[in-house]
Amino acid sequence: MNCKNAIKEISDYLDGELDPVVRQQLAQHLSECKECTIIVSQTKLTVELFCDAEMVPLPEQVSTRLHQALRAKLTQPS
Amino acid sequence: MLVGGRYIGQDRIGYFLALTSIPLNAPNPHKLPSRIAKEDEHLLVAAAKKGDTTAFEELVSRYERKIFRVTMNITRNQEDAEDAMQDAFLKAYSHLKDFSGDSRFYTWLVRIAANEALMRLRKRRPNVVSLDEPVEGEDDLMPREIQDWGPNPLQRFAQTEMNEILTGAIDTLSPDFRTVFVLRDIEELSTEETAKSLGISVPAVKSRLLRARLKLRQQLDRYFRQGGQN
Repeated sequence: MNCKNAIKEISDYLDGELDPVVRQQLAQHLSECKECTIIVSQTKLTVELFCDAEMVPLPEQVSTRLHQALRAKLTQPS
Repeated sequence: MLVGGRYIGQDRIGYFLALTSIPLNAPNPHKLPSRIAKEDEHLLVAAAKKGDTTAFEELVSRYERKIFRVTMNITRNQEDAEDAMQDAFLKAYSHLKDFSGDSRFYTWLVRIAANEALMRLRKRRPNVVSLDEPVEGEDDLMPREIQDWGPNPLQRFAQTEMNEILTGAIDTLSPDFRTVFVLRDIEELSTEETAKSLGISVPAVKSRLLRARLKLRQQLDRYFRQGGQN
């Protein structure tokens, strides 16, 4: 496996969704290629950072308006 | 009725009080361990299906933060995100009878919210958003100038600064890549659930997810590489 093919498999590799044969080929490539190993570990860290981040807080007034709107709609006689 | 933030039907009160030892006046009712929160979710959904608006509002309280995160991450516009969230919850309530319980309730909600958000994004940027557009070629996938990121970036940046970096990075993704990344990696839907939610194929989800992850890595590289702009 070369670098170009290895990069194509990174996502499935990180998700544990690689075919065992391809996984073995990729593992072999990573053991010999420092650059691809760095890309794999940085991509993994990238996903982890986004998973753990609290980038989008819910403003209190948005929550209040949501509950007000829901109560108004849900209590309307159908 | 709600007990300690959990919905309990009259016949199940004794069972649930025995199951957990949470006092009736427990503070922070929405910060219960997820295992416990999940135990009564089907009761809440069942009650809401019968028209119990209190049960539905409890479900809304549990998921409003996550659903706002979904709509905001897709639209990148607070007004659209708020509208999409409201309409998503209203649509969920009116279509509760269609929720079969085959998937998690949250997954079902996320699908509705993602579609509401995408609808607004398409209205705002009709020529930009098309989930059906063909994915780009493979030539641009290989990163260039690969450098170590050094010590864990989490230890080098304050949380506020890190959030700004991550927000800036996700803003650079095109809507079709960003939506797949949000559903798959941030909301943790499976590949199949993401494909079903967006009406695209599993290979298309995988292809866009790979590109989104690599583009985000590239964006973060500017900040995290040793000697980078920090």
